[in-house]
Amino acid sequence: MSEHVIDDDTIDNIEILAKLSLTDEERLQAKADLSEMLSYIDRLNELDTQGVEPMSHVFKVSNVFREDVVTNGDGSADTLSNAPARKDGMYQVPRTFEE
Amino acid sequence: MEIKDMTAVGLSAGIRSGETSVREALDCVLKSISENEDRIHAYVTLEEPEKLYKEAEIIQKKIDDGSLKGPLSGVPIAVKDNMCLAGMPTTCSSKILENFHSTYTAEAVRRLKDAGVLILGKTNMDEFAMGSTTETSAFGPTRNPRNPDHVPGGSSGGSAAAVAAGECFGALGSDTGGSIREPASFCGVTGLKPTYGTVSRYGLVAYGSSLDQIGPLARDVTDCAAILSVISGHDPKDSTSLERKDTDFLSCLNEGIRGMKIGIPKAYFGAGLDQEVGDAVLKAASEMKSLGAEVSEFDLDYTDYAVPCYYTIADAEASSNLERFDGIKYGYRAKDYEGLHDMYKKTRSQGFGPEVRRRIMLGSFILSSGYYDAYYLKALRVKALIRKAFDKAFSGFDLILGPAAPNTAPLLGTSLSDPLKMYLGDIYTVPANLAGLPGIVLPCGTDAKGLPVGVQLMADCFSENKLLRAAYAYEESQKAAGRKCSGCRE
Amino acid sequence: MPYEQYETVIGLETHVELATKTKLFCGCSTEFGGKPNSHTCPVCTGMPGSLPVLNRQALKYAIAVGLATHCEITRHSKFDRKNYFYPDNPQNYQISQLYLPICRNGWVEISTPSGKKKIGIHEIHMEEDAGKLIHDEWTDSSLVDYNRSGVPLIEIVSEPDMRSGEEVTAYLEKLRLILSYLGASDCKLEEGSMRADVNISVRPAGSSLFGTRCEMKNINSFKAIERCIRGEAERQIERIEEDKKEVVQETRRWDDNKESSKAMRSKEDAKDYRYFPDPDLVPIDVSDELLAEIKEEQPEFQEEKAVRYKEEYGLPDGDIRVLTSDKRLAEIFEETAKLSGLPKKASNWLIVETQQLMKEKNEEPKDLHFSPEHLAVLIKMADENKVSSGAARQIFNAVYENDCDPEAYAKEKGLLIVHDEGALRAAAEKAIDSNPKAAADYRAGKEKAIGALVGFVMKELHGKADPGQAGQLLAGLLKN
Ligand SMILES: [Mg+2]
Ligand SMILES: [Zn+2]
Repeated sequence: MSEHVIDDDTIDNIEILAKLSLTDEERLQAKADLSEMLSYIDRLNELDTQGVEPMSHVFKVSNVFREDVVTNGDGSADTLSNAPARKDGMYQVPRTFEE
Repeated sequence: MEIKDMTAVGLSAGIRSGETSVREALDCVLKSISENEDRIHAYVTLEEPEKLYKEAEIIQKKIDDGSLKGPLSGVPIAVKDNMCLAGMPTTCSSKILENFHSTYTAEAVRRLKDAGVLILGKTNMDEFAMGSTTETSAFGPTRNPRNPDHVPGGSSGGSAAAVAAGECFGALGSDTGGSIREPASFCGVTGLKPTYGTVSRYGLVAYGSSLDQIGPLARDVTDCAAILSVISGHDPKDSTSLERKDTDFLSCLNEGIRGMKIGIPKAYFGAGLDQEVGDAVLKAASEMKSLGAEVSEFDLDYTDYAVPCYYTIADAEASSNLERFDGIKYGYRAKDYEGLHDMYKKTRSQGFGPEVRRRIMLGSFILSSGYYDAYYLKALRVKALIRKAFDKAFSGFDLILGPAAPNTAPLLGTSLSDPLKMYLGDIYTVPANLAGLPGIVLPCGTDAKGLPVGVQLMADCFSENKLLRAAYAYEESQKAAGRKCSGCRE
Repeated sequence: MPYEQYETVIGLETHVELATKTKLFCGCSTEFGGKPNSHTCPVCTGMPGSLPVLNRQALKYAIAVGLATHCEITRHSKFDRKNYFYPDNPQNYQISQLYLPICRNGWVEISTPSGKKKIGIHEIHMEEDAGKLIHDEWTDSSLVDYNRSGVPLIEIVSEPDMRSGEEVTAYLEKLRLILSYLGASDCKLEEGSMRADVNISVRPAGSSLFGTRCEMKNINSFKAIERCIRGEAERQIERIEEDKKEVVQETRRWDDNKESSKAMRSKEDAKDYRYFPDPDLVPIDVSDELLAEIKEEQPEFQEEKAVRYKEEYGLPDGDIRVLTSDKRLAEIFEETAKLSGLPKKASNWLIVETQQLMKEKNEEPKDLHFSPEHLAVLIKMADENKVSSGAARQIFNAVYENDCDPEAYAKEKGLLIVHDEGALRAAAEKAIDSNPKAAADYRAGKEKAIGALVGFVMKELHGKADPGQAGQLLAGLLKN
């Protein structure tokens, strides 16, 4: 079983993907945890799964639809009721537009 | 019989016959809560007593005028805090949702309310259902009512403890990898994870969407069956909800265990299993045999691969499911930040606890480019193999019997330091989630320290009736032998 | 190497909003506008615990577009999650299709002055639209409105088969025509219901290798697309020729005011979307029945209509091109032709007078609200000489405006030609009596002299006579 070495670049990338920022101490811990878990997960490679279809859903259910009928009214009050910051009936967030 | 010793179904019958009332039932649980809650901390949010009494009065009226007559009408029940209930906070025991009030009610909870259940409040859990001890809750751990130095199990530890402590007459939990069954085992109550798709997930805050199922934690098998009957059934709001017609789980209970073929996977009794737990579980098996079941050992393939397969899938899904917690629409937002992405990062780093962050990181990595095939698709293929192994097993057996956990409840503060070791404790419960199977756990004894041991039965998909029949027969035999009902306080 | 020796290679990712009443995964209205966040619910705002359920009509539209663009329909299709953080995306993942898009391997034919050409369709997939971000100047923050969040889109991904802005415009016009014939989309550019990202690369003319491409975003009109393609091709060639540098594969934001683009680079954008099948949605198995149902509902498209118009009505190519350029116009034509029995005349009214009025009023065929019945009546009135051609145009203005009954209108306004034999004879006799010289000239063989007499009759009857009929009558009277 191969030992995973999680380097700083990998952690940097995970921070961007998962939108987390780690302290130096947390970073060390994360490296250790991730390599241990990945090595553990690696044991799945002991199994030959050639020709086995990946199974996302346990049941072969398909075609679950709704009809195209409007069922919802003005939801703005509920939608905004938990907003940490709002203005003019909208969520307020740090600027997204570039200069 | 005193109210505090009644089962949910017994209590409701008593209320409907006029022997007791919804108000007296509420008095009883509130008394128990005031006596125990400081020590146990089963709840995150309790409904205000005035509101509860008002609601009790409304329910009582409907019972009196005959418009409510179901087997749970008037019964006070608790709900795990990852299910939405309009007007109440839904925190998932996380700082990131500390101030979040749901604007709608989860389908399963709505069905309980429609059946005349009195919802007491929201129970503590591992943060976002990630954990096996309820110690990852941002609001402090729940303690095991059987011995407060020990954990109640998790992630539905608050629900299990509330049932065990008499702080409710039943509770809803959710089970992604054993989160109903393991705490049921540790707290000595009865817990059931239904077939995937049997209970709507609408309004259940997702952890691993392909694995999550809501189910009951209760004082006995009958209560489990009654709660499941109420909350199950097709929901058009959940695309993975099944069109099941067979959702009466009560009328089958008396059909007995005689003639049922029960298989015991040899690998479930190997290294890592606590001797006392193994002995208690095998004793339960032999009692089932004496009740007329055919019990034999067999080889269940891929047992050792279920845990790594499970964590790969669950963490990948979780990393995506938890992206929505970003400080924009609800919940916690960091105070000081420079720009959008810094706000995201600070909010999520401060809002999520270490175990949740750990799983998000692993899940994000597993799905990232270059690793998706090697880890995620590989795990989905192994899942297919595991499912096949169960198909093979159920072609020869009605039920599979084993432990719910390798040990009894550990001491508080001893589990989180070694996550991998904690994950390995899920070995007996995650297979049912991967394969979509129903599983029930009920008490079968105690260890030398007096901590409960649970026995788990698994059945093929849609075969909850078989599980319940066998569990009921075993439970009846235990009661006949003078042991108290599983959830009732000693 | 001079610029002319380069060839521009262009592929498009066209996002089209489908014309469903509700969003892709919830029962919220897709109506444009409305109070911010009023068309929202737990599902389309990513509330904890909410779950998506697929809109059947959105699927049908997507398949219909696929069939119309000669795609293979993926019989077993799925939705995947595309994970990225941005405030317009409430779940921070977009539900889209990566691994098994609903349609693949199609084509559409375009015509440009240089001829006809097939443009390949790589795939068509379904996905949800994002919310809208508005910059708030006062607080220097952004505001989010989720009314558009979850509106169904299809993304039509072309092959890199186009070589000029002209071809791109023809391709988009073709898509727009197909989509509007299907009723699958309103294709309103101003409301953003059709928008395209453009992939551009350059290579030495004649080369079969592809250059490094750039993805151009924020292009808001057909005109801007042509400018953007020219600008970006020049930038790339300049970089290669003058800076002696390679083109960098990147996403660039087009600024149509400045006619230049800027790389969208941020170290926070990892460009790693971690796609995986959405566990909240079940697969789609397109059954034979569903496919048959959709095929049954496919309209007759432009090409087929054009062939039929030629055969059935014998119309000139120019007429056919205009009439079939819009499904609504074609429908009005067919109905009018049927009711009047005069297809060429119906065509004339629709491609001359109607087009002119539309232009004046700045309207499109979808704004036309007169009924084919009334137009047919008017055409027959003119054909039967019940009104003069000038009066007919006057009546048509009223029909176009208010869909009024042309007969009632003509009567009310006194525009009907007098076919009353007595009145006509009286006027003719009066004309002869009052114009003895003209009468005499005619009798003497000066046939032209009858013109003055006809003019008198017309004047006498306030222009409501049929000049031909008056001439005949006069000639008869003068013979005696
Ligand atoms: Mg897209
Ligand atoms: Zn919605």
